[in-house]
Amino acid sequence: MNEHKHHADLHFIEVSKNTIFGFWVYLMTDAILFATLFATYAVLHDNTFGGPSARELFSLPHALGATIVLLASSLTCALAMVAVSKSDKTKTIGWYGATFLLGVCFLAMVGTEFARLIASGNGWDRNAFLTAYFTLIGTHALHIVFGLLFMIVFLWEVFRRGLVPVTIRRLTCLKLFWFFSYFIWIFMFGIVYLIGAS
Amino acid sequence: MRQGTFQSYLLGFAACLILTLAAYFVASGHLFSKMNLDLAIAAITALQGCLFLFVYLELGQERKPRWNMTVFLFMIGVAALILVGSIWIMYHLNYNLMLHT
Repeated sequence: MNEHKHHADLHFIEVSKNTIFGFWVYLMTDAILFATLFATYAVLHDNTFGGPSARELFSLPHALGATIVLLASSLTCALAMVAVSKSDKTKTIGWYGATFLLGVCFLAMVGTEFARLIASGNGWDRNAFLTAYFTLIGTHALHIVFGLLFMIVFLWEVFRRGLVPVTIRRLTCLKLFWFFSYFIWIFMFGIVYLIGAS
Repeated sequence: MRQGTFQSYLLGFAACLILTLAAYFVASGHLFSKMNLDLAIAAITALQGCLFLFVYLELGQERKPRWNMTVFLFMIGVAALILVGSIWIMYHLNYNLMLHT
């Protein structure tokens, strides 16, 4: 009987490994999607159609603030996963809760930046440069929205069922997704904001 | 599943934070010419990307066969092709459409 259970556990670990690897492959295709959007932005960067350039539009301190908030959310997410490896359900939910709040904070910062640009007459329909900008940053923000939605669902599962193999596997995928979002943002901060607007 | 420790994550966070601030102050300080400035920011950004991949996304820490690394390198290849190809083609298109006076 015990042997049987051991066999089932091994089988589960094997399936989990495949799931997590499959998720990694998805993230890499997602990175190609972002590469095409980066290429579009790079090509259309100077096509302002007489409108203001990136240097006049973007606020670098604001972008720095958003970067630090998202980086901090990666740290809290990592600490939540350390709590998962120690089977500490309370700390897992606590650190993921902090990650959620920081994620909402990041979205609010991107939202106010978008609102400021649109209010000053520089929305996505102003010129090709702004269309590329809104598409690139908007796609990233959409990833953050989905990350937050999955966080609510998975945390509810952890709350209800505890840290069982299924919930651990889901949290592992979520962790990869969240870290990947910051990985992409590193290049947005560096290329779109710092190089594009300095 | 491989998993980082409390210390490794904290150190990785501190290093990423320092690199983010370094890139920011290089960009806002206007220490170099525009060309050197862009190269410096790109280098710091790439460095932070590699560091984050290693510490947080645990890339390069797996045993053989390194499938995660294989897929990642393939992605880098496709992404580089898209980026360099697009910028190169559009640069020449713009250049050839200019009026040479």
